[in-house]
Amino acid sequence: MKKITQLMASAAFLGATAVNATELEVTHWWTSGGEAAAVAEFAKAFDATGNTWVDGAIAGSGGTARPIIISRILGGDPMGATQLNHGRQAEELIEAGLMTDLTELAEAQGWKDLVNPPSLLDACTFEGRIYCVPVNIHSGQWIWLSHGAFEKAGLSVPANWDEFVAAAPKLQEAGITPLAMGQQGWQQNLAFGTITIAIAGVDAWREVSVNRNADTAAGPEYTAVFEAVANARELAKGSNVQDWNLATNLVITDQAGGQIMGDWAQGEFQVAGQVAGQDYTCLPGLGVNEVLDTGGDAFYFPVIDDADTKAAQMALASTLIAPETQVAFNLKKGSLPVRGDIDMSAANDCMQKGLQILADGNVLPSGDMNLTADTQTQIEDLMAEFWSSEMSASDAQARYVDIIASAE
Amino acid sequence: MSDSEMGSSPEPAEPFLSVRPKNPGKPSGLLRNMSAKLASIPMILTTMVVFVGGTIWTVVYSFTSSKLLPKLNFVGLDQYERLWSTRRWLISIENLAIYGFFSMIFTLVIGFTLAALLDRKIRGENIFRTIFLYPFALSFVVTGLAWQWILNPDLGVQNVVRSMGWESFTFNPLNDPDIVIYGILIAGLWQGTGLIMVIMLAGLRGIDEEIWKAARVDGIGTVKTYIRIVIPMMRPVFVTALVLIASGIIKIYDLVVAQTNGGPGIASEVPAKYVINYMFRAQNLGQGFAASTMMLLSVIIILIPWAYLEFGGKKRG
Amino acid sequence: MAEALTPRGPKPRRRFSRTNIMLYGTLIVFALYYALPLYVMIVTSLKGMPEIRMGNIFSPPVEVTFQPWVKAWAEACTGINCEGLSRGFGNSVKILIPSLILSIAIASVNGYALANWRFKGSEVFFTILIIGAFIPYQVMLYPLVIILRELGLYGSVWGLVLVHTVFGMPILTLLFRNYFTSVPEELFKAARVDGAGFWGIYFRIMLPMSLPIFVVAMILQVTGIWNDFLFGVIYTKPAHYPMTVQLNNIVNSVQGVKEYNVNMAATLLTGLVPLIIYFASGKLFVRGIAAGAVKG
Repeated sequence: MKKITQLMASAAFLGATAVNATELEVTHWWTSGGEAAAVAEFAKAFDATGNTWVDGAIAGSGGTARPIIISRILGGDPMGATQLNHGRQAEELIEAGLMTDLTELAEAQGWKDLVNPPSLLDACTFEGRIYCVPVNIHSGQWIWLSHGAFEKAGLSVPANWDEFVAAAPKLQEAGITPLAMGQQGWQQNLAFGTITIAIAGVDAWREVSVNRNADTAAGPEYTAVFEAVANARELAKGSNVQDWNLATNLVITDQAGGQIMGDWAQGEFQVAGQVAGQDYTCLPGLGVNEVLDTGGDAFYFPVIDDADTKAAQMALASTLIAPETQVAFNLKKGSLPVRGDIDMSAANDCMQKGLQILADGNVLPSGDMNLTADTQTQIEDLMAEFWSSEMSASDAQARYVDIIASAE
Repeated sequence: MSDSEMGSSPEPAEPFLSVRPKNPGKPSGLLRNMSAKLASIPMILTTMVVFVGGTIWTVVYSFTSSKLLPKLNFVGLDQYERLWSTRRWLISIENLAIYGFFSMIFTLVIGFTLAALLDRKIRGENIFRTIFLYPFALSFVVTGLAWQWILNPDLGVQNVVRSMGWESFTFNPLNDPDIVIYGILIAGLWQGTGLIMVIMLAGLRGIDEEIWKAARVDGIGTVKTYIRIVIPMMRPVFVTALVLIASGIIKIYDLVVAQTNGGPGIASEVPAKYVINYMFRAQNLGQGFAASTMMLLSVIIILIPWAYLEFGGKKRG
Repeated sequence: MAEALTPRGPKPRRRFSRTNIMLYGTLIVFALYYALPLYVMIVTSLKGMPEIRMGNIFSPPVEVTFQPWVKAWAEACTGINCEGLSRGFGNSVKILIPSLILSIAIASVNGYALANWRFKGSEVFFTILIIGAFIPYQVMLYPLVIILRELGLYGSVWGLVLVHTVFGMPILTLLFRNYFTSVPEELFKAARVDGAGFWGIYFRIMLPMSLPIFVVAMILQVTGIWNDFLFGVIYTKPAHYPMTVQLNNIVNSVQGVKEYNVNMAATLLTGLVPLIIYFASGKLFVRGIAAGAVKG
């Protein structure tokens, strides 16, 4: 019976809009080939409701798009819907009453029971009300290993971080850079976070990143982390690239042993025609602690005082989270779906590993939900400097402790 | 806008940036220069509303803890204290000083030299001028990208020189924290000197032929004529060029983002990038506004003494 | 007058004199420095991706392909719209022309008033304007959003035109002011005696002799407005986005394989309009000097 009410409710939402076809401008920063193909799935599904998706794509990731999105909202002429990292980023816009409350729709469709892990919906919730639709899950805790590189050095492919570190000298002898690393703060920070979870463990990580406990950050677990990162810095010497995908390319072409990068890297392997398990191996959580964070993308709906637009916004929101759209979108995007009740058997080896971890509930909230963008930027700056200089592990740790201590 | 509203500021004895003051007609109160005042309304509105208004707005909010949206929750000097204890900001300032110093000198010297060479009845002036100027048509993003390529150790200049037999040749500025700012300088000069050359050329062409004849009659050498006579006559042109170069230096941002993105590490960070990153990436508007207020303050500190010197300066002409 | 058409510097005497070799030598060395990146861009835009991955960037293409150009113009995707740069070209023109006319018209009048009709306080405004040239644009983003919202221009092309006019004003005003200042005073006085007023002198005397500086102003503005990405995307809507938005999407696409050849082709295509205007204005520039010679 409950199911039927739900269906009726969503049908009512969809039905209301089918009568008045409305153009809805949607802003996002998905512009690469795979991403655009994934967005096209959204647009197709939305157009099928009788409305029209007006695409407002802006390349250059959140840093370029964010001032544009916020200006549009402040300027009083907002877009109909916009991609925005969920978590703490949008809180102020919600507080200022600029974002549409989706609670009614969410309750009607039972998002609470569908969305897995539940933390995704928590990130969309502000003071008990729901303001965004999570559309996918991306995780950062992966290392991607080149089979060719290890073969060249006469080694078997490592199964975890420790084996990788042990194999590094042999790789260097064979003229291979052990660790590919793009020289950008966010990539170095991502590697730092991933190594932290592998070395210090989930509890210490949670204590620092979620509870902002500076004492733990100054403690022995984190000392070990910074020493491991200093060691990784040595392993990455000689990888002179900037962009993450160029670093991935070093792994694809066997010039580097491995790269610590999020699950979006597998798109690069796919484009290069490589097969998971055959040409490359992916190890979630560096093969040590098989946990993944649950970052991802979400859509927000700025308040627009127009009944038709509002109806179209609701139609889009329910389209984004509908089972068929979720499957079609995430297969193209290479990310994991936000609901656990759908069939993802078409996904590849690495995605299946991720799905399994998700099903087992070994998930962590992502950095966006824990630390403010301000704190994250400070950590990125620290990491950028640390990786490119001879700064000692203890100095870096001391500065890291300062940042955590002053984090809000 | 009436004269009395303009406050007690006396009619300047010598206009601030010009060569010759001009005082057409006699002052006769409000209606004097009525057309000029009416015609200046867009300028007055721009300065007062956008530049003064926007600046005051920015300065006020730099004393707040605004995050994503501007909010008036004042925190005193906190943002400034944090700013000056941030290594990245200090490195940014140092980089700007190095880049600014060399960029200013080289742009003026190269711009003037090229203009002077082109002004010497040479063949193919059109071709040369177009070659020198075209980089200005391309945006900084493109400039950064192209030079990132040329300076790439594995693809560009270093690789080519090595493959010609000079194996030990090393030229890899973009991956060396100590000299990365010079790698950016090379690209910045490439993009910007052409415009300065055109402005210098316009200035040179404004110099009376008689001056050259007189110099020749007096037996003054070519180089000496340029330095002693022509350059002093081109003072307004140099002022224009100087403002153009200096404002470009302060605002340098896109080029760095495209070419190095501040790297390696934070070795090529610049102040404008700090401002923008903290405003939009870090969503700490207060911190970004504090940094931009410091930038503005340094501009004013440099410009005001100059203006003062101009007011009290010697008569010329 | 014919003489004034030609450069003013002293003429080198013999064709192969030491000065001449120095002169052309220096020019050619500089020309190489300036031309090198263009060469790299053109060569790269004509190569296929496999050739770019292995070859060095200076070698000419083994197999010339125009596919990158076609892709950049008509096929490259921005989100789900795959129409390449062609999509924004018309919008860029629609933004450029009114911005160009308005900003230069206002700035030249400003410069003229500041140089020849100074009034109490005019220098103060001018000083503020010059300081304004040093403010990073991004700092003014939010205040301008608020101003445009209050004017009711937010989201329209006219709002963007206004923004370009405001940010072009400091440098352009300086340029015109300094140029008009160097116009001989006698000319101005004579016109006053003849009874010409503010606008009369501006249109009949100042405008005809200022072509070179108008060309310089145009070069500045065409480049600035045509290459602008930030304002175009912040103060308008997708329907009005200039072609730099597509260029940005092609060049800055963070994820996926970087197609350097398409990047370069897109870059060159976007730069084509300013390049053509520069080339055409070279002639105007010379003619402008001839017109300026009337004053002599």
